[in-house]
Amino acid sequence: MPISDGDFPELREAVRALCADFPGEYWREKDRERAYPGEFVAALTKAGFLAALIPEEYGGSGLSLEEAAIVMEEIQAAGANGAAAHAQMYVMNTLLRYGSDAQKARYLPDIASGELRLQAFGVSEPTSGTDTLSLRTRAVRKGDRYVINGQKIWTSRAEHSDLMMLLARTAPRDEAKSKTHGLSLFLVDMRDGNSRGMAIEPIRTMMNHSTTEIFFDDFEIPADALIGEEGEGFRYILSGMNAERILIGAECVGDAKWFIRKASEYAGSREVFDRPIGQNQGVQFPIARCYAQMRAAELMVRHAARAYDSGEGAGKAGGEQANMAKLLASEASWSAADMCVQTHGGFGFAEEYDVERKFREARLYTVAPISTNAILSYIAEHVLGLPRSY
Amino acid sequence: MKILVPVKRVIDYNVKPRVKADGSGVDLANVKMSMNPFDEIAVEEAIRIKEAGKAEEVIAVSIGPAKAQETLRTALAMGADRAILVETDDEVEPLGVAKILKAIAEEEEPGLVILGKQAIDDDSNQTGQMLAALMNRPQGTFANTVEIEGDSVTVKREIDGGLETVKLTMPAIVTTDLRLNEPRYASLPNIMKAKKKPLDTKNPADFGVDIAPRLKTTNVSEPPVRQAGEKVEDVDALVAKLKALGVA
Ligand SMILES: Cc1cc2nc3c(=O)[nH]c(=O)nc-3n(C[C@H](O)[C@H](O)[C@H](O)COP(=O)(O)OP(=O)(O)OC[C@H]3O[C@@H](n4cnc5c(N)ncnc54)[C@H](O)[C@@H]3O)c2cc1C
Repeated sequence: MPISDGDFPELREAVRALCADFPGEYWREKDRERAYPGEFVAALTKAGFLAALIPEEYGGSGLSLEEAAIVMEEIQAAGANGAAAHAQMYVMNTLLRYGSDAQKARYLPDIASGELRLQAFGVSEPTSGTDTLSLRTRAVRKGDRYVINGQKIWTSRAEHSDLMMLLARTAPRDEAKSKTHGLSLFLVDMRDGNSRGMAIEPIRTMMNHSTTEIFFDDFEIPADALIGEEGEGFRYILSGMNAERILIGAECVGDAKWFIRKASEYAGSREVFDRPIGQNQGVQFPIARCYAQMRAAELMVRHAARAYDSGEGAGKAGGEQANMAKLLASEASWSAADMCVQTHGGFGFAEEYDVERKFREARLYTVAPISTNAILSYIAEHVLGLPRSY
Repeated sequence: MKILVPVKRVIDYNVKPRVKADGSGVDLANVKMSMNPFDEIAVEEAIRIKEAGKAEEVIAVSIGPAKAQETLRTALAMGADRAILVETDDEVEPLGVAKILKAIAEEEEPGLVILGKQAIDDDSNQTGQMLAALMNRPQGTFANTVEIEGDSVTVKREIDGGLETVKLTMPAIVTTDLRLNEPRYASLPNIMKAKKKPLDTKNPADFGVDIAPRLKTTNVSEPPVRQAGEKVEDVDALVAKLKALGVA
């Protein structure tokens, strides 16, 4: 039985048709080789999906965040891995909201056409993951340039991107106006960066994610790479992060749909004791529960996306909704992943079924881009007013 | 020149059809529906002809339920310029479809009507031929290649044992076979633009033609379940087996 989706039929259909050209075999090979799915990303770009959020006047389609969420959901539900290309969507709203007209005119048309890839988002550092405000990579203004020194970690897709959104410290922590000041956001051109003091080192992880660490050694960028005002980077990032969390939530909903569909199909066809295993309620119930959990998360994701689009999701209300969407969806996909392996028994471990690969991929999202605990503490402390723990 | 492309909304080719319990037809409740694959090829061909500068406008038309709008939007997203939906919830047989298409063709005066050789739901393979007969225009069915030169169209037809080439004077009717082309995906910008392209809705009554069914479906049943095969040791055993079954 298909999982029905009433709305946005043409959008869903178009994504599915594209993903149908990239079956499990394609992803298994990339996974085995730890290779970047460049062909898939190129197809998404060519069909205009990665420019979904770019306004029409810059050559994109000017979609709402809700529509972009549908695109990401369908990619995952088709068994593909949008993580290879999702950053362009995640960071777009930050660039649209806070980038200058000159920056937009300079970059957006080329990003929309696929000539420039904006797939890297450098925030996390070895000593500051959850605690973003403690980050130490420095950007020091020298005339018409900034000089960058420091290190980023987990900067995914950096080797497959031309541009990077980089968060760096422009004022030392003890000199900043307040705790949340002193960080600045830059749109960095990384092309030929390795000859100018930037070194990218891949990190092998349990799934194929093309993540890296980046070292900056007197890496110079032009001063006009600064987005908005100096020192305000954290604020800009936060608003963009709501969009990111909603889109991640949508990807998790898509993953959950994939796991539930796979599990249902398998449970309906695998015969043990002369009957399909899905005839046993012990096998049915976990699938049904995951389905209900997925639908609940889906409602939260879509609600948060609509609120974001209507502007109601600005400020604290938006943070609450986007965080809850991400929390519920990442948990729904992870339960579904676990259920799917269990339903498949030993076959869930065989590469050929794609279940183990999706299982590894789905595991990420209760940790990154924000871990579950950080969301819970946000809800506890910022929504419910409990005493601050940090 | 205008090209008219009729498209039908049918059960998706990936879906395994199930027969309704009362044997009255195939159960379409909650089943994924898509554009008939042969019609997708027809839309693609029409757009390619337009892109080659040999046609000015591609008009997609569908006869079917309100939901067939989605199918038309797909055609628009692929590149058709406008669409006409002749809305009806009744089943319209090929003859009825051909009559409506004839009426639309008389209004629009297309140089070419290009449509699928058959719809994968009822596999009739009749509409194109009936339309050609009703309009008294030449037809090139089962097209493998289509080439336009001046006011004629050359069609290589897939026939048993090879290809047959026919040259038709336009206006003409062409039906598509599987190998004519590979339909494109709709890109995101085109999907968005398609939402703004004109889609007219009409009723069969607007055309004053009789589309009452001529046929009555008495029963639809599932194909018999295939029995498992049997392996035999060698050729002698096979011959013995065939003899025993009375087939050799
Ligand atoms: C595959 C992958 C790709 C990534 N891609 C990117 C990327 O492209 N760009 C980027 O900037 N980052 C990226 N990240 C980094 C990711 O955002 C961080 O890993 C995440 O924010 C968690 O930070 P951390 O790993 O430093 O964990 P830590 O901050 O060290 O936390 C470890 C654990 O402790 C918990 N914890 C910490 N403090 C508290 C507290 N006060 N109360 C309760 N619990 C607490 C956390 O919830 C977590 O479970 C990626 C990570 C991975 C694994």
